[in-house]
Amino acid sequence: MCLAIPALVKSIEGNEAEAELGGVSRRISIVLTPEVRVGDYVLLHTGYAINVIDEEEAEETLKLLTEMASLEG
Amino acid sequence: MKFVDEFRDVELARAVVSRIHRKSSRHIRLMEFCGGHTVTIMKHGIRQLLPPTVEMLSGPGCPVCVTANQDLDRAIALAREPGVIIATFGDMLKVPGSHSSLQRVRADGADIRIVYSTLDALHIARQNRDKSVVFIGIGFETTAPTIAASILEAEEEGITNYHVLSLHKLCPPVIKALLDSGEVRLDGLICPGHVSAIIGSRPWEFVARDYGIGCVVSGFEPLDVLQSVEMLVDQLERGEPRVEIAYRRGVRPEGNLRAQELMNAIFEPSAANWRGMGVVPGSGLKLNKRYQRFDAQLAFEIDPGPTVEPKGCICGDILRGVKTPLDCKLFRGACTPEHPVGPCMVSSEGSCAGYYHYGTV
Ligand code: SF4
Repeated sequence: MCLAIPALVKSIEGNEAEAELGGVSRRISIVLTPEVRVGDYVLLHTGYAINVIDEEEAEETLKLLTEMASLEG
Repeated sequence: MKFVDEFRDVELARAVVSRIHRKSSRHIRLMEFCGGHTVTIMKHGIRQLLPPTVEMLSGPGCPVCVTANQDLDRAIALAREPGVIIATFGDMLKVPGSHSSLQRVRADGADIRIVYSTLDALHIARQNRDKSVVFIGIGFETTAPTIAASILEAEEEGITNYHVLSLHKLCPPVIKALLDSGEVRLDGLICPGHVSAIIGSRPWEFVARDYGIGCVVSGFEPLDVLQSVEMLVDQLERGEPRVEIAYRRGVRPEGNLRAQELMNAIFEPSAANWRGMGVVPGSGLKLNKRYQRFDAQLAFEIDPGPTVEPKGCICGDILRGVKTPLDCKLFRGACTPEHPVGPCMVSSEGSCAGYYHYGTV
């Protein structure tokens, strides 16, 4: 129920945006994420973007996990 | 898919698992609050990957499952009202209430539409001005802002035939109730990622501070969950329970302030009735005075009749983490996804459905 999936924002028009998820395009509401910009990824939940995904943080997390994995050898 | 596939990386996951094995020396019990996490754990066999020192319990984080029969009966009674169109998430349809289900009253002619979003429900209201559209508002803090947004939109557009049956529930208060009951002993909590995307990580501080239980906010891919388990093992091995965010790409400590603002504009806290836990003060949301005209509870006089609990179903105990589906005599026999006795077998994130589909080990 609290499922949210990453979607790429392609264009913005007022409170709505065109977003792409898994190759499919759909209209979503961005009323909960007014800060979103074209090219951002958002977490999409029941038709609404509930947060903008922080790409830097995602990279940081993966970098950390990769470093720790290589130490493990 | 970006931000999904990377967090399913098998090599990285393997490395996390072996670190957990190496670091975990004392026995700990962790609860994953969220049904979405339960699904990830079951689907990827995460329980079996963990060392015997790390015990995992499922929590009450399945909105369909925790909806009390009495509230379900209200939704069913509303569906029987003449001139009413029910808009609901699909999961609710098959859940058996005291005497019927939404699916059964639909077969008897009630107008019930499955929607993916409140945006769809509003659209139905626009197109059926002579009818009343009632949205069955289940869900946690993740979903509540989307309901708030729909009510604000209805107001702005002058849509007067849109109502919400607000059965929304709040996660931190129910965790508090669960811990205060003393029924379950926990060392760590895997906090719900998308609830926390809205409320932030701060509302979990009391769990670490007052109960000495570690909290890690987790994402929903297998690597996310494993990373969160590792962070909890680290905390507990050091004896320093605190609140951390593993799901940093989706959650900030302060949460989504805009979403909180919309929620606070429309709703006020109220008591909520949880399956298995009963009425928990301050754990629900009702429409505040200014938006009462959208409240289905006030707009219709309904009598749902006496509540009857499904006989033999131990869903409530499972939701409190004191039993597992294997303890239920009806599991796999009288109760299957095709013929569910209780909601934990209906919802895709219910524990019983998870055990049924992904094995029982
Ligand atoms: S198996 Fe069915 S009857 Fe038993 S607890 Fe789960 S939902 Fe209830």
